[in-house]
Amino acid sequence: MILKGKVFKFGDDISTDLIAPGRYFHLRSNLPEMAKHVLEDADTTFASKVQKGDFVVGGENFGLGSSREHAPTIIKLAGVSAVLAKSFARIFYRNSINVGLPALICDTDKITAGDELEVDLEKGQIKDLTNGVTLTFAPLPKAMIRILNDGGLIDHIQKHGDLKID
Amino acid sequence: MGKTLAEKIIGKHAGKDVSAGEIVVVPVDVCLMQDGTAPLAIRQLQKINLEKAANPKRTVLFLDHAAPSPRKELSNDHITIREFAEKTGCQVSDVGMGICHQVIFEQHLNPGEILIGSDSHTCTGGAMAAFSTGMGSTDVAIGIALGKTWFRVPETFRIEVTGEFQPGVYSKDLILYLIGLIGADGATYKSLEFVGDTIDNMSISSRMTISNMAIEAGAKAGLIQSDKKTKEFLQKWGRVGKYRELKGDEDATFEKVIKIDASRLSPTVSFPHTVDNTKSIDEAKGIKIDQVFLGTCTNGRLEDFDIVCQIIKGRKKNPKTRFIVVPASKSVFLEAMSKGYIKQLVEFGAAILAPGCGPCVGVHEGILGDGENCISTQNRNFKGRMGNPDAFIYLGSPATAVAAAVAGEIVDPREFIAKKKPRGKKVKTTKRKRK
Repeated sequence: MILKGKVFKFGDDISTDLIAPGRYFHLRSNLPEMAKHVLEDADTTFASKVQKGDFVVGGENFGLGSSREHAPTIIKLAGVSAVLAKSFARIFYRNSINVGLPALICDTDKITAGDELEVDLEKGQIKDLTNGVTLTFAPLPKAMIRILNDGGLIDHIQKHGDLKID
Repeated sequence: MGKTLAEKIIGKHAGKDVSAGEIVVVPVDVCLMQDGTAPLAIRQLQKINLEKAANPKRTVLFLDHAAPSPRKELSNDHITIREFAEKTGCQVSDVGMGICHQVIFEQHLNPGEILIGSDSHTCTGGAMAAFSTGMGSTDVAIGIALGKTWFRVPETFRIEVTGEFQPGVYSKDLILYLIGLIGADGATYKSLEFVGDTIDNMSISSRMTISNMAIEAGAKAGLIQSDKKTKEFLQKWGRVGKYRELKGDEDATFEKVIKIDASRLSPTVSFPHTVDNTKSIDEAKGIKIDQVFLGTCTNGRLEDFDIVCQIIKGRKKNPKTRFIVVPASKSVFLEAMSKGYIKQLVEFGAAILAPGCGPCVGVHEGILGDGENCISTQNRNFKGRMGNPDAFIYLGSPATAVAAAVAGEIVDPREFIAKKKPRGKKVKTTKRKRK
């Protein structure tokens, strides 16, 4: 599968409080509404500007903090096709795969805000069409590849009736 | 070849010897969810017709993050949770009963068990040598329905802590110091295993503070051996039969060993807006404080109230500083009442709230105003954490926090700790000037 879209660039340590702020806690059972506020405290304009297929690109330790699955869920609901970062916090990483949002580890220093990216999930390749750079992303653990390929954890369980990760 | 505590517990559940790096599927003993994460989990199970619990007696759903509920949307989430519990036989810990990590530790968890929870501070359970880790709603939903989950066995960092804390220095200062040392991603995916005489001598309550914050260094678990102190704790809670002595082997393979001399630690403060932005108390002195918060799964226990009440004895709260106090559980609340702590705190000027997360998550009960500074005994100070991105959160021990309630600004709590009295004579401690 090839993903194509524009880059929204963020810095290091984008916490789950920045992605899904506590003051919108009451919207956790209204995720489309909550998605209107995604990443609001990191970039107040992001939610209104992001288009379907675009990428969220961070630095180190993306998603640090809470286990709230709402964080990757509302990023996905906002239309983002994948999150790229130099490193991810572990609960966010696993949650992202579980909700079917690819989380890709690569050298994001080479990617700039506004760049057009093309991501080939099978080949493990990222092409920055704006600056011509090609990057590879670190392969996911096998268990996660299975879950992601099935579309997320719930789809995986529905398909196999059990955890089938080896 | 020895095994780490993480390898031992996961291996026992996997039915074979395991080593760091392996992926295994294991049965889960205890599951917890909270009111911010349970509704999503429930909807996920409903999606695939899997509304059931493999272990309903050991699956506990907590109403703690928004309790009592401040809005009808959250009240409706509470209804969803109670209905799911009714349908599946799971337990509900309702409004006012306390914070999930405190209550699960008090009433449900045992050494050597595996606990998963849809809350990142589930790692608190590691303080009784239970492999306890936080996950997302869907992971825990599946864990509840099927009674199992998958883990990558983590590598272990051995944290050796020796020596005695100076008066006025506590386990909170130790863990903040460690997180500042290795960074918020310094232990991502790792199990932190705490050993050494400082740990051996530490109360269960102080151990819980350490394990609770393992996630703030990115760790998967924060494990401490089970020993005599664990046994006494279980005895108090009627589960002494569940006690097992568990510790990691000295000759296990560790990815890293970090040694800390506890006697050289000073009170530590995390500055806005990350937990690893730690500084020694000297650099924090003089910061004006609008709100002080004593509570949470990190430091909302009787031992914390004890320390605070000793400091406020004979002292007055700064009139310009609010002091919010939330006992971590009903049991803590009752014990604090019987010891006179609640009366003492109220007379001091504290606002006491129902056991739960209180203002920690920014949902209710103490949201900060624009530009305000708060010092809190909680475990996280990200921008916007307490409900307002235009406010500033400092983290510290209960002693550091309450000293700020007296002074109206951050001060060194050691100045408030009574020195040893020579026989017959009272030694005066420095009284802060009231502003």
